[in-house]
Amino acid sequence: MSKPLISVRGLTKKFGDLTAVDGIDFDVAKGESFGLLGPNGAGKSTAMRILAATSTRTSGTVEILGKDPEQFGPLIRAHLGVVPQQDNLDSELTVSENLYIYGRYFGLSKKFIKAKIEELLEFAQLEEKRDVKVEALSGGMKRRLTIARGLVSEPDILLLDEPTTGLDPQARHILWDRLFRLKEQGVTLVLTTHFMDEAEQLCDRLVVMDKGAIMAEGTPQGLIKQYSSKEVLEVRFGSDRNKEVAPKLAQMCERMETLPDRVLMYTEDGEKLLEQIAAAQLNPTTSLVRRSSLEDVFLRLTGRTLIE
Amino acid sequence: MNEGIDVVQIQRFGALYIASARIRVMSKWKAMIAAIDIGNPLFYLIAVGIGIGVLVEQGSGTSGTNGIKYIAFIAPALLVNTAITGVMDECVFPTIEGFKWRKLFFAQNATPITGPQIAVGVFLAALVRAIFGVIVYYILLLAFNVVDFGVSVLLIPIALLGGGAFGAVILFAAAKIEKDDQFFNILGRLVIMPMFLFSGTFFPLSTMPIYLQPIGWVSPLWHATELGREAAFDYGISTVMVIVHFSVLVALVFIGLILSMRQFDRRLAK
Repeated sequence: MSKPLISVRGLTKKFGDLTAVDGIDFDVAKGESFGLLGPNGAGKSTAMRILAATSTRTSGTVEILGKDPEQFGPLIRAHLGVVPQQDNLDSELTVSENLYIYGRYFGLSKKFIKAKIEELLEFAQLEEKRDVKVEALSGGMKRRLTIARGLVSEPDILLLDEPTTGLDPQARHILWDRLFRLKEQGVTLVLTTHFMDEAEQLCDRLVVMDKGAIMAEGTPQGLIKQYSSKEVLEVRFGSDRNKEVAPKLAQMCERMETLPDRVLMYTEDGEKLLEQIAAAQLNPTTSLVRRSSLEDVFLRLTGRTLIE
Repeated sequence: MNEGIDVVQIQRFGALYIASARIRVMSKWKAMIAAIDIGNPLFYLIAVGIGIGVLVEQGSGTSGTNGIKYIAFIAPALLVNTAITGVMDECVFPTIEGFKWRKLFFAQNATPITGPQIAVGVFLAALVRAIFGVIVYYILLLAFNVVDFGVSVLLIPIALLGGGAFGAVILFAAAKIEKDDQFFNILGRLVIMPMFLFSGTFFPLSTMPIYLQPIGWVSPLWHATELGREAAFDYGISTVMVIVHFSVLVALVFIGLILSMRQFDRRLAK
C-alpha cells in the first residue's frame, strides 16, 4: 500500500481547560473520500483547521504529504483546497474576481487562472453569475463558489468543513453531485459533517467523533453492520405513552432506544416486528420501517442523536 | 501538485498579492474615498485656515506662527492628517473584517500566504490609498497658493511616513481587538480627536501647558507636521529635532509592523 496522504497520531488540541480534540488517530489514502462524522462541538472543525496547516496543535503528530504542517505550512497549503464551514468569500468582489484573486494567492499565472475560471464557473454552475457581486448570490451559490475557489489551484486534497450545512434540500443535492464528480476524478476528499446521509453518500470511510475523541472507524456499511441491526422500526405512541409501553416493546427486539418523541426498535425484520406489536394490541399512532443508518450507529455509540 | 505553484515566489511576493486584492476592493469605493479624502481637509482648510485665520492674523499677525500665514501653518498638519485617516480606515476596517466579520484573512491564510504577509499587504494597500489622498491634497495647496512648488513636494513622503507610523500601530491594535463594540467609539473620540487637536495642528505645541504637550510627543501627527512645516516653509527647526522627528516616525512604522505581523500570525494559528 502506498504511503497515506494524511497521517494523524494522538492529535490533541486544547483551548485553555477545554480539550477540543482528544488524542485522535487516522490515515487518509490517496483518492479516498474520508469523513469525520459527529455532532456540533465534537472537535471536527478544530481537527480540520489543523489538517489545513493553519492551526497549531497541542500534542501528537500530523503528517500531510509526508510533512509536518507546523513546519511546512505554506508548502503544504500549496497542495490543499479548503472549504471552511462559513463561506468567507469577498462579498464586495464579483464571482470571477473572487476566483481570480484566490488563484493569485497561489502565485498562479494570470493566463492559467483565466482559463481555470471558465472551467470552475461551469463546474459550479455559475457561468451566468460571473460578473455578479458575491453578496447577491444565494446560499447554495455561495457554497458552490467557495468549493470552486478551493479548486482553483488544482489541489491534491480538498478539505470540506460541513459542506452542506444551512442549505435547502435541492441545493444540497446539487452540491453532492458536484462533490461526487470530484471523487470520480480522483480528488482526495476529507469532509466533516453532522448529516449521516451526507456521510453515507460521500464517504468511502469515516470516523465517528464525539467530545473530541474517535468512537469508531470504518466504511459506512461496515459501521452499520457492526453497530446496528439490518432494519429499524420507528414507532410513536404519543409523548406520554412512549415510556409506558417501552418495557413491553423491549422484550420483542434485540435492542431499543427510547427518544423523547419516538421509540427505535432494532431488528432484522421490521415488518415482522410491526406485526408482533399489532398482535400485542399496542397500537402505535405512527410506524416506519427503515434500513439502519449512521444515525443509529451514533446513537448506539454515544446514547445521543447527531442533531440535538 | 499544480506545476504553476511556486512557493518561493509566494514567499517573496505574497504581501503584494494581498495588497493588490485590497486595492481591487478599494477601487469599488473610489468615489466615496475621493470625497472623504479631498472633502474633509478641504473643509478644514477653508473654515479654519481662511475663516479663523482672519481672526488670528487680526489679533497677532503671524508672530505666533513663526511668521507664516495661518492657513499655511495648518496646511502641513491637515495634509498629514489626511494620510493618517486614510491609512487608519484601510487598516482598521479590513482587519476587524478579516478576523471577525467576514473572516477573509482565514481564507487568505488557507493558501500558501502567511499571517505576516497578510499584515504587510493590508498595510501597503492602506499606504496606496493615502498616496492618492495626499497627492490630490498637495495639488489643492498649490492651487490655493498656500505652498510654492519646490522643496514642499517633500510634504508628500512626510505625510505618508506620518500616516504609516500611525497606521502600523493601529493595525496592531485592530488585530488585537476581539470585541469590537466599543473600539470605534474609543478610537474616534479618545484617540483620533485629541491627537488631531493637541498635536500642534492649529497652534504650536509649545503654546500648550506642559502637561498637555506629551500628547504631541507621542503623536505621529505632531512629528510629521513639524517635519512638513520645515520642508514647506523653512520653519526653523533644529537639525537635531529633524532627526528626532524622522526617527520617531520610522521607529513607529517598524515597531507597529513587527507587532502586527506577530499578532496576525498568532491569531490565525489559534
